Amino acid sequence: MKQKTQVADIDRSLYDFRYEEDATDLLASGITPEIIREISEEKGDPDWMRDFRLHSLEIFAKSEMPPWGPSVEGLDLDNIVTYIRPKSRMNTDWNNVPENIKETFERLGIPQAERESLAGVGAQYDSELVYHNVRKEVAESGVVYTDLESAMHDPRYAEMIRTHFMKLVPPTDHKFAALHGAVWSGGSFVYVPAGVRLEIPLQSYFRLNAKGAGQFEHTLIIVEDDAYLHFIEGCSAPKYYEAGLHAGCVELYVGKRATLRYSTIENWSKNMYNLNTKRAVVAEGGRIEWVSGSFGSHVSYLYPMSILNGRGAHAEFTGITFAGAGQNLDTGAKIVHNAPETSSHIDTKSISKGGGISTFRSAVTVAEKAVGSRSSVSCESLMLDSISRSDTVPAMDIRTDKADIGHEAKIGRISDDAVFYLMSRGLDEQSARAMIVSGFADNVSKELPLEYAMEMNNLIRLEMTGSIG
Amino acid sequence: MELLRIEHLSAGIEDKELLHSVSLTVGSGETHVLMGPNGAGKSTLGYTVMGSPEYHVTGGKIFFEGADITDESADRRAKRGIFLSFQNPIEIPGLSLSDFLRNALEQVTGRRIKLWDFKKQLRDAMDVLQMDPVYAERELNVGFSGGEKKKAEILQLLMLKPKLAILDETDSGLDVDAVRTVSAGIAAYRAKCGGSLLIITHNTKILEALDVDRTHIIADGRITAEGGAELITEINRCGFEKYTEN
Repeated sequence: MKQKTQVADIDRSLYDFRYEEDATDLLASGITPEIIREISEEKGDPDWMRDFRLHSLEIFAKSEMPPWGPSVEGLDLDNIVTYIRPKSRMNTDWNNVPENIKETFERLGIPQAERESLAGVGAQYDSELVYHNVRKEVAESGVVYTDLESAMHDPRYAEMIRTHFMKLVPPTDHKFAALHGAVWSGGSFVYVPAGVRLEIPLQSYFRLNAKGAGQFEHTLIIVEDDAYLHFIEGCSAPKYYEAGLHAGCVELYVGKRATLRYSTIENWSKNMYNLNTKRAVVAEGGRIEWVSGSFGSHVSYLYPMSILNGRGAHAEFTGITFAGAGQNLDTGAKIVHNAPETSSHIDTKSISKGGGISTFRSAVTVAEKAVGSRSSVSCESLMLDSISRSDTVPAMDIRTDKADIGHEAKIGRISDDAVFYLMSRGLDEQSARAMIVSGFADNVSKELPLEYAMEMNNLIRLEMTGSIG
Repeated sequence: MELLRIEHLSAGIEDKELLHSVSLTVGSGETHVLMGPNGAGKSTLGYTVMGSPEYHVTGGKIFFEGADITDESADRRAKRGIFLSFQNPIEIPGLSLSDFLRNALEQVTGRRIKLWDFKKQLRDAMDVLQMDPVYAERELNVGFSGGEKKKAEILQLLMLKPKLAILDETDSGLDVDAVRTVSAGIAAYRAKCGGSLLIITHNTKILEALDVDRTHIIADGRITAEGGAELITEINRCGFEKYTEN
């Protein structure tokens, strides 16, 4: 049976009874090279990976907490890292999952099989089947879709992993990237050969559940020249992990004239610190298209970065963030124009409610050589009440005057007139408000595959009725 | 049969009373016209009958089919069969006209409607109003011209088939052709559903195709005159001067 890396929850009251013994054992020890070696050995890492982990750990120990964004004070890193133990497991008993989370699943209509696989029991087989069905179809075209650990041990891909793994997001990037480098576990590896255009999207949702992959999963995608891939990450349902920290990493390599579309809906449970790093590098004439929905977590730092390295490369970012009570979601996008005639478009919506804080942060950098580049940034915020907050922090660093850069920001509230208008047509107040909010989010749901769009609308509806969270 | 009965209704916005003891009764299948100078309280009456939370009732009662609806929310009133065509229809980004209408129709009737049946009904109603079918998939009122917005209001009227339609200045800002189309829509509503109309207007063009049963003149928040269709002709000739207090 596959072992997995696990960290403890911030609110440990739910799980203390499971971890009591280990906790007393390990509290004092903290994260140490010995523990990393142990993880590495359990996973059967090649030497270079073990050394990489240890090196990352050194960087982690030396680096500071991020100096911007929401407070991560509630995150007791010493405590969390001491819990990283390959021997601890996910909650395997559905009955032990807290009531409110179960209720969410019921109301979202997530099938029993998925729920069981989420809790880490038998139905894993079902998820595997789904995955294999996809793989069979896909494999014929030479596409590789597997988990990163297997790929690392496969002589056909080992070198590819070694030359790409954490090259875009090095452990020196920030403290949590270093942590990720030291303790990463699980995740996906996708390779699309040159010229292959994959019409059906690949989804990592079942994979992650099937393998019980953890909070430090690593996604590495290489799309060769002239290829096309749509990859859907995560969560058609709120994932539930015992842990309070998610520090995943996504690295995307987009070849010449290739297109990668990367869609995510993140709906972590609301005790999570989601400190996720996503980055894409795009070659000449290539395209990266991000579609991102952030719903869950207690605190999020999430700014997918696109580095446009080849002439005419294009980045598109469409995102929505919904911050409810107790949530502080700091999200946005970064674009680096590093070649002539590159273009980018950022279009984001954020919603805050019940005292939630939503901050949009963008950074557009245009290098001196990126002449003839274009960038437009548009962000719109909707505050559903007077206790919620919404901020916009757009940064621009433009090193050439031969670029066309635009920025537009709007912050608003639901107008009473609009609510009355819909009510006068027979919709009750809650439905009227939900409809207005769904409409506001429409630019994102339009970009999502149908079932995910419905999921997102369900999430909005749930958030609007205020019965969860 | 009596449909709407307003009894000594006083209402206003914030601290300001705009309607003073207004009484008015509309029977089933009747067409009423409410006329008056700007600021007389015409729209206030429409909004108050529809249940806008912005307007507060400070006295009197509103009955619909005998039930006291004075304190009911707008959606409850809509479900009873009251409809208000807005003078300035609100734009709702991201919500398509057809999704909205299907939702509203299901709410008002209380039952699911098959997509196919809905689409057919919608197509027929759009034909009456000479609306381009692409409008069904456009975002509700977003980027619509003034005329298109008014047509979209009448489209909702035709689809929702209320018992009482209050049309607030539906003809204002429309060119001659648009007035004709909107009138045709109103006539179709009368013919198909036999619903009652309370038409708020300054203009009489829209009334030409309709048999008006009763006319009410409102000035400074009070009903100052009532009569049949002949009152409209007189207003057209002489204006409201005679009916205002000052």
